Amino acid sequence: MLQDATVLFQIAGVGIIVAMIHSILKQMGKEEIAQAVTLTGFIIVLFIVLYRLADLFQQIKSVFLYQG
Amino acid sequence: MDIIQIVSLGLVAALLIILLKEQKSSIAFLLLLFTVIIIFLSILDQVRHIFTLLSYMADQAQVEPVYFKTILKIIGIAYIAEFGAQLIRDAGLSSLASKVELAGKLFILMLAIPIVTAVIETILNFIPGQLG
Repeated sequence: MLQDATVLFQIAGVGIIVAMIHSILKQMGKEEIAQAVTLTGFIIVLFIVLYRLADLFQQIKSVFLYQG
Repeated sequence: MDIIQIVSLGLVAALLIILLKEQKSSIAFLLLLFTVIIIFLSILDQVRHIFTLLSYMADQAQVEPVYFKTILKIIGIAYIAEFGAQLIRDAGLSSLASKVELAGKLFILMLAIPIVTAVIETILNFIPGQLG
């Protein structure tokens, strides 16, 4: 449970940092790089969440007797 | 004191999601998804204990194991469909969410077909003059 809370803060940190970098790059007039940074942050968080989602679905399959 | 952990996790996640929603709503949605997954995962262990108890009771009462497994699968489909549909509704796509719910209902009906068939056959056996 404790390391889950750590991952929660990590995701929020990635989001805040990406938002900051996005706004700074936008101020500098580099729209394309800002879009790329946003996309990269999204993909990183997406991977963290997807691993957990796969774990959850595996657990549900084993609890609710879907194995065979 | 698992419940206090879960409630505080939910509160912290809600604060972070509100903070993030202004700037990056996509990452805020992923954060919401992650929180829901974590809470679901920690609940699932307790659900497993309850199901062991239920299957022990079904064994003692000599319920047909096929029926018990079907009921467990139906409960699983209901949980999963509700989980997905509410997340999609939170993301603001209620029409897609209702389609997910429709799929869940359909799969539950599909699983219930053998039980319904058994009930109908039993009822037909009660009626005299039918089926020989």
